[in-house]
Amino acid sequence: MAEPVLLRRVGHVDPTRLEDYLAWGGFEALRRALLRRPESIVDEVKASGLVGRGGAAFPTGVKWEAVARESRTPKYVVCNADESEPGTFKDRVLMEGDPFVLVEAMAIAGHAVGAEEGYIYVRGEYIRAYERIKNAVEEATRAGFLGDHILDSDVSFHVHVYRGAGAYVCGEETALFESIEGKRGQPRQKPPFPTTHGLFGRPTVINNVETLANIPPIVLHGPEWFRSLGPEDAPGPKLYSVSGAVNAPGVYEAPMSVTLRELIEEYAGGVRNGGRVQAVLVGGAAGTFLGPKELDVPMSFSGLRKVGAALGSGAVMVIDEQVDMWEVLLRLARFFAHESCGKCYPCQLGTQRQLEIVRRMASGRIRYQDILRLRDIQATMADASICGLGQTAGNAILSGLRVMGLDVS
Amino acid sequence: MHVIIDGQRVPVTEGMTILEAAEQVGIHIPRLCYHQSLTPAAICRLCVVEWEGARTLVPACVARVQDGAVIHTESERVRRARRTILELLASTVDLSEAPDLLAYAAELNADLDRFADGARREFPVYDDNPFYIRDYNKCVLCQRCVQACGNDMQFTYALTVSGRGFYSRIDTFYHAPMPETTCVFCGNCVAVCPTGALKEKGPFPSPQSPVLDARPSEP
Ligand SMILES: Cc1cc2nc3c(=O)[nH]c(=O)nc-3n(C[C@H](O)[C@H](O)[C@H](O)COP(=O)(O)O)c2cc1C
Ligand code: SF4
Ligand code: SF4
Repeated sequence: MAEPVLLRRVGHVDPTRLEDYLAWGGFEALRRALLRRPESIVDEVKASGLVGRGGAAFPTGVKWEAVARESRTPKYVVCNADESEPGTFKDRVLMEGDPFVLVEAMAIAGHAVGAEEGYIYVRGEYIRAYERIKNAVEEATRAGFLGDHILDSDVSFHVHVYRGAGAYVCGEETALFESIEGKRGQPRQKPPFPTTHGLFGRPTVINNVETLANIPPIVLHGPEWFRSLGPEDAPGPKLYSVSGAVNAPGVYEAPMSVTLRELIEEYAGGVRNGGRVQAVLVGGAAGTFLGPKELDVPMSFSGLRKVGAALGSGAVMVIDEQVDMWEVLLRLARFFAHESCGKCYPCQLGTQRQLEIVRRMASGRIRYQDILRLRDIQATMADASICGLGQTAGNAILSGLRVMGLDVS
Repeated sequence: MHVIIDGQRVPVTEGMTILEAAEQVGIHIPRLCYHQSLTPAAICRLCVVEWEGARTLVPACVARVQDGAVIHTESERVRRARRTILELLASTVDLSEAPDLLAYAAELNADLDRFADGARREFPVYDDNPFYIRDYNKCVLCQRCVQACGNDMQFTYALTVSGRGFYSRIDTFYHAPMPETTCVFCGNCVAVCPTGALKEKGPFPSPQSPVLDARPSEP
């Protein structure tokens, strides 16, 4: 396994000390970025091929370019640190172990797109991450890496740290804006997109924690280096959160050519107690179950798409044969019914009926009618919901039934 | 500039919604939360249509036309979504005083008992003021009343949504009885309610009539 990029400092530095970050090359990328024109940074991020790590896999450089081109000010840079996707804990590891990198990345983003204010929206339950980030912002401000005239340049950038209000849906970018604005955390109809109408209705770059953590290395080492770190169609390093029935659950950094089997067997030490894989949930609750015969799939966007799954946030939840899959499906169905914000009908109503039907099936009464009903609910939520929560709320259930051998086609 | 709706070439102008474009050529797209005097909330999703090349269906009430777009308002994909939404809704609240919805359901061959084994949203009928009653057993959460009470008409903000998900409901702040809220009894919420959840008790005490006349047509 190659030298890590994203996890390089985690566990090796004192995350509360700016001196440690500086000793490990910290803020060198910002220093260099400030000497360059904003457009050249945007071009470099585009050329790197970096795509968002928060779930939607949108090209980061394209997003930055759109905001950079907006003439309306103020503009904002927002870091999505709400990390609430079940089975996902990679952003937490970065925030707790290397918080300064986010601060540095956001300042670079601000310079690149012409924003002078940034917000970090940290998941409410992540108290330690919040403390570390807050400390990093204060330390960086004190040392002149944030604030007015950063390092005596004419670039200014301020960061506000905001604690999430405790709902999964607030990780959806527009719900997150509503939440910061002090409203009910509910998604907006898109378009308009955040690049034109984001936080406070202003042009906004919103990026995931892991996405941003890639920025300083790209600025330091260049897009060619970044592209060399992964397969052709999936550049850069990726963090995978591996959990469930494995010997060594944890966050692992790997190129996206890594297969699911390698992640489970080589990185996470194999299935616990020498057991066998029953199913793997890839991408979190919003993701898809794969069966034991599908473990050789490369964990990249295109690789997973070929088997009808999606990488999402990079969560890998391993279910061994000791586990009752009905329990798992019931829990997932309960999760969506509980987290639906209720704004749009397909998800407001569909997640509740899905839960009721799965509950009945789990108690042993499996009727063909129920599969038809679940399929109509899933298709309707996927096709007609406002946001990704509803659009994906039936995927894990249907794919789980398929892995269990039920015909859901 | 033009779009193709159900095979028909429709001339359109910049900024027009698909709903408006379709209306021009007499194609009626089902809708529920949409009301011509209110900001489209785009939450009921009954007006979804298939836009060739789009990943999901799009809500016709807010989706703006683009030159050359090819749109289907009655494809099987569209009908499946509409039918399922109405089936889900009918198992949740009482639609007996929502004739438009019942007509859509009939046209879509919806089986309104299909999910009848599920939980319903049930409430006491609130009769706490001299002007109107609130029977949320009939409420479809279209939020028209909240909008009429708020930014779209009255700027009074007596109504809001409380709760989440399936158990969302229209409410007053702190669940206070109507006379203890900022409500000025303008009647706009009653006028825009499409399902009989809000009902006027009798003539208004002043000669003033409701600002809008948009109650559902008599069945
Ligand atoms: C229900 C839901 C929850 C989400 N939660 C998160 C989250 O916790 N963190 C995150 O970065 N993105 C989350 N997203 C994705 C964001 O909407 C958005 O795509 C992301 O912040 C963009 O950043 P990126 O381009 O760097 O990935 C969520 C999306 C949905 C639909
Ligand atoms: S899909 Fe679900 S979570 Fe998203 S806006 Fe609709 S009801 Fe809310
Ligand atoms: S009370 Fe009437 S207007 Fe208000 S949300 Fe319910 S159905 Fe819509």
